[in-house]
Amino acid sequence: MKKSKSFWAFLILAAVVYVVVQFFIGSGLINIYYSNLLITIAINIILAVSLHLVIGITGQFSIGHAGFLAVGAYISAIATMKLELPFILAVVIGGVIAALAGLIVGIPTLRLRGDYLAIATLGFAEIIRIALFNIDYVGGAAGMQVSHLTTWTVTFVCLVITILVITNFTNSRHGRACIAVRENEIAADAMGINTTFYKVLAFAIGSFFAGIAGGLFSHNFYIIQPGNFGFLKSFDILIFVVLGGLGSLTGSVISAILLTVISAFLAQYPETRMIIYSLVLVIVMLYRPQGLMGTREVTDLFKWKPAKGGN
Amino acid sequence: MALLEVKNAGIQFGGLKAVSGFNMRLNQGELAGLIGPNGAGKTTSFNLLTGVYVPTEGEILFNGKRLNGLPPYKVTQSGISRTFQNIRLFSELSVLDNVKVAYHSLAKNSILSSIFRLPSHFSEEKNMEEKALEFLKIFNLERFKDEKAKNLPYGQQRRLEIARALAAGPKLLLLDEPAAGMNPQETHELMELIAFIREQFDLTILLIEHDMQLVMGICERIYVLDHGQLIAEGTPEEIRSHPKVIEAYLGEEVSNEHA
Repeated sequence: MKKSKSFWAFLILAAVVYVVVQFFIGSGLINIYYSNLLITIAINIILAVSLHLVIGITGQFSIGHAGFLAVGAYISAIATMKLELPFILAVVIGGVIAALAGLIVGIPTLRLRGDYLAIATLGFAEIIRIALFNIDYVGGAAGMQVSHLTTWTVTFVCLVITILVITNFTNSRHGRACIAVRENEIAADAMGINTTFYKVLAFAIGSFFAGIAGGLFSHNFYIIQPGNFGFLKSFDILIFVVLGGLGSLTGSVISAILLTVISAFLAQYPETRMIIYSLVLVIVMLYRPQGLMGTREVTDLFKWKPAKGGN
Repeated sequence: MALLEVKNAGIQFGGLKAVSGFNMRLNQGELAGLIGPNGAGKTTSFNLLTGVYVPTEGEILFNGKRLNGLPPYKVTQSGISRTFQNIRLFSELSVLDNVKVAYHSLAKNSILSSIFRLPSHFSEEKNMEEKALEFLKIFNLERFKDEKAKNLPYGQQRRLEIARALAAGPKLLLLDEPAAGMNPQETHELMELIAFIREQFDLTILLIEHDMQLVMGICERIYVLDHGQLIAEGTPEEIRSHPKVIEAYLGEEVSNEHA
């Protein structure tokens, strides 16, 4: 019963946020810069939440999430620009191909225990980037022209779907199986859980949503270049998850919002930007090594009160 | 027909024969013990039975089905479930969720039904919750149900591990040193609990234990391993006076006088 209550609370909150932002954009109260920032925040949340499923829930360390972002971005850009497919369809195709890429990377590496996935994903992201540099069909290093098709509405709907799917997955027996893998893979195996299957599944779902984010990302600027999807981009996403608290979905959402806003404002001071950004990270890690939220969710904060009152 | 039949099973790590020529027949409903000095290969035998290791020789038959080479999760699904010597709980999950995880493979709703919250998701989750609570009740762990597993006292963690193993719906339960680190009172309660669940769930149980009072007290048949070899097999009385067992535990006759 509690589950469905928080589900409706989430949908109402989402609707309110959407209506308010849409009102601001529609009435011209916020300019194009801020509406763009809002879209960037939403895309970053999708990325953070999709990686949260892989690292925070399933405990598989992936450090090449930008690779799947790149796959989604380029595939959907090809779909709209070269094949002239509708934007929404292009985004979905980007997600599906990214999920396939996730399967290709995940199936051989996730059968093993240990950090092979980290190495494989790191390599994968670099391969994708370097391959894109050398493919003239998508413009090589100069990049690819993409129409600006991403709107606030589409991005927000994608964000809501991502959060719903990942929350529903996590709060089910399948999600518990993934958490069991994170907590103790040998015990999970001994309890009848097909650990390889669930690791690959979580990884593929994560890759799918990274691909969706890629489609939104590529159509939010007028050009995409392989350089956008480098090692540092992967690390940005990783930082959202770690800073928010491994295992906390709301934590990764909050830190994605915070860090995107911070880095956007620091863009005015390019000389000191990286210094301040790193300082923020160092300070948070010193005082909250478990991340902003630890493993808790925002919804837990509301649950505590009645429990205490009952005692 | 025997429930579990191990024929000459063994495993070799490089040049080291950890276990070899291991034979065992467990009948339905039997409660057997596996004892031996440290490093004798007891846990290794458990790992062979549960698919963690693939035997390099011999054959393991469960319910007439060959288990060699099956991954652990399939072994569990076919009806063998276990606990671990060093407790392996899902420490960040609640006590209730620990048991629910074990019930996982018995539930049937698909991934899509969970993502789209179809009726089958809710009915299976409800069923899982009820079953898990039942197990917690039997083990007197209900009051801890929302506590994280890592916060339980040690003895309760051991009990939870057994509860979790039972929730996987086994026919054969393997307990790896269930009484390790327990005081005599807790050990006594554990003995009663083991006898109870065996009746209640119609289980066959094989346990590794160093606590001789427990082993001799509840096991109907005992297997003794030393240096990876089965050196004796029989009823507790037979084992107690078996010369090879005394030698393995206490050394040769000279030291016997000191004991």
